[in-house]
Amino acid sequence: MTKPSSPIDFGAYPDARGHFGEFGGRFVSETLISALDELQEMYQRLKNDADFQAAFDYDLAHYVGRPSPLYLAERLTESAGGAKIWLKREDLNHTGAHKVNNTVGQALLAKHSGKKRVIAETGAGQHGVATATVAARLGLKCAVYMGAEDVKRQSPNVYRMKLLGAEVIPVESGSKTLKDAMNEAMRDWVTNVDDTFYIIGTVAGPHPYPQLVRDFNSIIGREARRQSLEQFGQLPDALVACVGGGSNAIGLFHPFLGDESVKMYGVEAGGDGLETGRHAAPLNDGVPGILHGNRTYLMEDEDGQIIETHSVSAGLDYPGVGPEHAWLHDIGRVDYVTANDDEALTAFRTLTRKEGIIPALESSHAVAYGLKLAATMRPDQNIVVNLSGRGDKDIFTVAAIDGIEV
Amino acid sequence: MVSELNNRIDRRFAKLRSEGRKALVTYIVAGDGGLENTVELMHQLVASGSDLIELGVPFSDPMAEGPVIQKGHERALEQKASLRKCLELLKEFRSRDEETPVILMGYANPIEKMGAEAFADALKEAGGDGALTVDLPAEEAGPLNDLLNARELRNIFLLTPTTSDERIAQITKLASGFVYYVSLKGVTGAGHLDLDSVRDNLARIRCHTNLPLCVGFGIKDGASAKAVSADGDGAVVGSVLVAAVGDSADGAAAKDRIGGIVAEMRSALDG
Ligand SMILES: Cc1ncc(COP(=O)(O)O)c(C=O)c1O
Repeated sequence: MTKPSSPIDFGAYPDARGHFGEFGGRFVSETLISALDELQEMYQRLKNDADFQAAFDYDLAHYVGRPSPLYLAERLTESAGGAKIWLKREDLNHTGAHKVNNTVGQALLAKHSGKKRVIAETGAGQHGVATATVAARLGLKCAVYMGAEDVKRQSPNVYRMKLLGAEVIPVESGSKTLKDAMNEAMRDWVTNVDDTFYIIGTVAGPHPYPQLVRDFNSIIGREARRQSLEQFGQLPDALVACVGGGSNAIGLFHPFLGDESVKMYGVEAGGDGLETGRHAAPLNDGVPGILHGNRTYLMEDEDGQIIETHSVSAGLDYPGVGPEHAWLHDIGRVDYVTANDDEALTAFRTLTRKEGIIPALESSHAVAYGLKLAATMRPDQNIVVNLSGRGDKDIFTVAAIDGIEV
Repeated sequence: MVSELNNRIDRRFAKLRSEGRKALVTYIVAGDGGLENTVELMHQLVASGSDLIELGVPFSDPMAEGPVIQKGHERALEQKASLRKCLELLKEFRSRDEETPVILMGYANPIEKMGAEAFADALKEAGGDGALTVDLPAEEAGPLNDLLNARELRNIFLLTPTTSDERIAQITKLASGFVYYVSLKGVTGAGHLDLDSVRDNLARIRCHTNLPLCVGFGIKDGASAKAVSADGDGAVVGSVLVAAVGDSADGAAAKDRIGGIVAEMRSALDG
């Protein structure tokens, strides 16, 4: 890792072709290029359009319920015995996670495109629910692709999507998880590109998706920055967020990237432990490659085949990571670390008991690392941990680990 | 300009043109139906009338494929097929067939893993003639294109119904060997072939290039092969062959089935 010598204008990335350094880009079959060009052109225009921004801000305030609080977790802080831990409460958003920031934004783009059908991929079902939600609100047809394994593991979210009027399509190919759902959504899009808008759920996929998903989620960091100054009179010393594809993390980090004093930690899923190979931590134990339309770090074998990942949290169980994170990793601006399954589960219980907040298992990875980090820092320092979602969807998983049938 | 006859693809299309015949391009997945049978299947394709072989390189995430070819990739991966293996099989094929052009068709990541330069060297060394990388569109293809060109290997690009005139101009500048026109919006094996649209789009492409134009996706039999190649230079067939390999009990049965399918298409094209 080489630290850049002169300050980087982080807002200038990606470049016109969607590259973050050597990462990102557009690696898709030719059929999709015109749709991506169209989306990019529309987004560039609307991004700076006052009416569009006003509509987005209105929806965030009155439909999602923003701003989300920045909450000082006093008993959690006490248990770590170091820096103050502040929780950015994305769990309080409508539908229970940060995912809705993005789907509200992309739904507005879908509306502008005039397309009457939206599709999405989902792993844990949070993005699928957030997509089905905005589709119901706008009266759009909605199909959600979900790996057959995840359909089994996440049945409450499957039913939620169906209640919202979405068609949930189980994907039987490959490893039957999130990456295969994304392949299938791409195939649907290639086939129905004239009337279908693809709402990608994280900062992955071909350009311009990593950029627009980041921009829609950056409301997290913009609020956190303002709230930090208001509530403790300075910028935080450190930010912590979990990284699956990386949308909640980049949403928190991006508005702070130019603030050199703010350290940042992206927490990947350590699964059974990095040394076991059974994890979902491509930035810690992967190599650069090409998947799902962009160049980024991947978990793959010696022949370049994508390998299966392991995490107790379905939302982090993905072999790739957004290309902007790959770049931030290589230039050393963000530290990417891991929390293992058991550490995340312990943090899940700690937060629940100390603060009366049941976190998503994904977010529990960030809490786990935040606790460790706080212990190494001084009491006059401040850490913001992104609580990306609430844990209602995960109580069955945790109960099963406890040997209890709910 | 590349020298015309330094490559088997160029030689084959020159010959077909002089004979007034259409090209029959056939696709199978390397390792599908057993690694030990792939080379035999390739020879059978040639014996039954295939002019050019697209050897599919299996990938764990074949985004552009429909269910039939996806299953072919999965079966091949169970056989431990890989890009390296494909190159070995190609070399073995070449030891008994000096004439038939072979291109490797696959996805970018296995090439990325091997390294583009190592791949181009290995492809040349194995007796390959070109590559078609589905998820490497023109804007990302530059470096591989240069490496292939430097070795007189051809880089086959896809054009689709959604490709604008401006892009056709840009892509045909990079393309060599032949141009693969994807007849429909969809994945391989889809069924909604629209011949009027194929004709219009081939005419659009013709304004930009003299390269041979082959049409693929949605071609199931001799009649559809003949129909799509009427306005182009050839037809590409894949899913029906991969389905036949998948349905066959063993290598001998697969050989018979694909031989029959290709022979029927050949006679329709020549008839
Ligand atoms: C609550 C929550 N946090 C985090 C994630 C991981 O996604 P990302 O890394 O894009 O934020 C998910 C994905 O399902 C999620 O539901």
